[in-house]
Amino acid sequence: MTPTLSPAHADAIRRIVADLKDRPGPLLEVLHAVQAALGYVPDGAVTLVAQGLNLSRAEVHGVVTFYHYFRRTPPGKHVVSLCRAEACQSMGADALAEHAKRKLGVDFHETTADGEFSLEPVFCLGNCACSPAAMVDGRLYGRLSPEGFDAMLATEQGRKE
Amino acid sequence: MTVTVYVPRDASALSVGAAHVAEAISKEASARGVELRLVRNGSRGAFWLEPLVEVVTPKGRLGYGPVKAADVPSLFAADFLNGGQHPLALGVVDSIPWLASQQRLTFARVGIVDPTSVADYVANDGYQGLRRALAQSPQAIVQAVLDSGLRGRGGAAFPTGIKWKTVLEQPAGQKYITCNADEGDSGTFSDRMLMEGDPLALIEGMTIAGIAVGATQGYIYLRAEYPHAYRALNHAIAAAYQARYLGNDVMGSGKRFDLEVRLGAGAYVCGEETSMLESLEGKRGEVRVRPPLPAIKGLFGQPTIVNNVMTLGSVPIILHKGADFYKDYGMGKSRGTLPLQLAGNIKRGGLVERAFGVTLRELLYDYGGGSATGRPIRAVQVGGPLGAYIPASQFDVAIDYEALAGIGALLGHGGIVVFDDTVDMARMARYAMEFCAVESCGKCTPCRIGSTRGVEVIDRILGGVESERNVRQLEELCELMLQGSLCGLGGMTPFPVTSALKHFREDFRPRRPLKQAS
Repeated sequence: MTPTLSPAHADAIRRIVADLKDRPGPLLEVLHAVQAALGYVPDGAVTLVAQGLNLSRAEVHGVVTFYHYFRRTPPGKHVVSLCRAEACQSMGADALAEHAKRKLGVDFHETTADGEFSLEPVFCLGNCACSPAAMVDGRLYGRLSPEGFDAMLATEQGRKE
Repeated sequence: MTVTVYVPRDASALSVGAAHVAEAISKEASARGVELRLVRNGSRGAFWLEPLVEVVTPKGRLGYGPVKAADVPSLFAADFLNGGQHPLALGVVDSIPWLASQQRLTFARVGIVDPTSVADYVANDGYQGLRRALAQSPQAIVQAVLDSGLRGRGGAAFPTGIKWKTVLEQPAGQKYITCNADEGDSGTFSDRMLMEGDPLALIEGMTIAGIAVGATQGYIYLRAEYPHAYRALNHAIAAAYQARYLGNDVMGSGKRFDLEVRLGAGAYVCGEETSMLESLEGKRGEVRVRPPLPAIKGLFGQPTIVNNVMTLGSVPIILHKGADFYKDYGMGKSRGTLPLQLAGNIKRGGLVERAFGVTLRELLYDYGGGSATGRPIRAVQVGGPLGAYIPASQFDVAIDYEALAGIGALLGHGGIVVFDDTVDMARMARYAMEFCAVESCGKCTPCRIGSTRGVEVIDRILGGVESERNVRQLEELCELMLQGSLCGLGGMTPFPVTSALKHFREDFRPRRPLKQAS
């Protein structure tokens, strides 16, 4: 079964491909642009991108699935990336992860029922002297206690677009 | 006179509230009708003092930190703009012993200058290296890098000058300078700090490399987890083009060098150079079989320099001050300085740039002040997730490529992650295998399958299933991964595992099976 795309998504993807296809080695750039525009890389994008870049669908699918950063399902309104690497572990990241899962009621790679937050693991945010760390929609947080985590969610939820 | 105030825009400083502090200072100043010039600098790297606010006074730059937004009214009340006394006052920042005792060459400007300003960069010795390089022959530039003893700071420690010489000797044609800014090791943030705090140093280093080997195009391969560095680099590149330090007539020399940033997408293995090149070409980041070396057949099949941010960021000062100046720092075959990163459970974490030869103990206790929790330090992991765990009995080892190799450890990218005595080393060993399984590119079997088997074997040991036999099995598996993997991911994952087994064997006792981590 061919995955379907909304006409708006298909148009956006075609425009991105047309803009970037002449750059050297453009596939990653195209996928970044698609994810930036749509929030994720829909399965239906694979065919369009493959056609536009003169690649096989297998090649495009292979790249989408190789990289952890590309998501194939729509994210929640906010993406919370919690660092799971060693420096954060040394400062209680495992306990913080348990707290985050309880608080949000989801596991990693899942989105809350109200669609507000997606919880993702990440391996190092380069904030290792202020561990444990998390990133929400590109904003970095450090020295996170469980209370700090809750305050972070409240701040992000209250943020006006 | 308008007073200048510095509040960092470094991502780590922002993560603990620097943006709120900057905003509060602006607001309070306008409420009081005080004029001030607010500069958003990089971080000095003393992260336990962040957000660190600095005020320019006749006595020098005075520091206040760590400042919370709520402290700002009291800072104004204490007349901090004229260096007034306050409980958070730190005195002259350059005189804080933690900073004053460092030897900052690569980080000379980080935290000092406005990273968005070419003029500020030039006023602080910026572009002196490129100026000198343009007056020399390509061979002489490469010779200077060779003579400086600079070795690849990404971890492999290969002499940088030899890579450059190889690319220089390839027939003329399209060549590339690529910068590996896929700083994925936990416990490392020096690349990020430089790219955010002094991005023009990296840009100048890459331009010098391009002039040296005849490459007209550069790419910075930056990890997607660093959005702040992405903005800082793009801003600095645009400014450098504007001021004609990049483009078709670099500093009026008639020579061309173009530069752009490409984003990775969350694959640790893309820090391996051939995998990074695949990724830059828009492909899966699978490791290439070498030979051919990237210096001969690299990006798009052309001769390519692949260097780390710290390596390229050290090039300007080598060209500016000369190979001997740089080489005079260091010990043995490890020349120059190394920006080390103190991370994890450490009281005074941050960036410490010192000449090679400083001991691990000095870093952990003199700079670091011991653990953040106040408990004894039990283990440190040096060199990222593929680095060995070092026990307290070996803390007198010198930071030097050969000395660390001598105790079965490695320096890697200079990250030092500290653990107190509550750490469960069997769990850390299991994590190393688990991380390798998640991040393996899948091309070679020892890494792809070995890491998954490694997790299972450790689970059996801890579950009390034939523990002795399974410990031997784990050791054999590690040997196989070490010998048989295509690249460092599978080939070095055994280091944390076997070092944990060797130094912390008591943690590998049978217990209830571990809960599956994420």
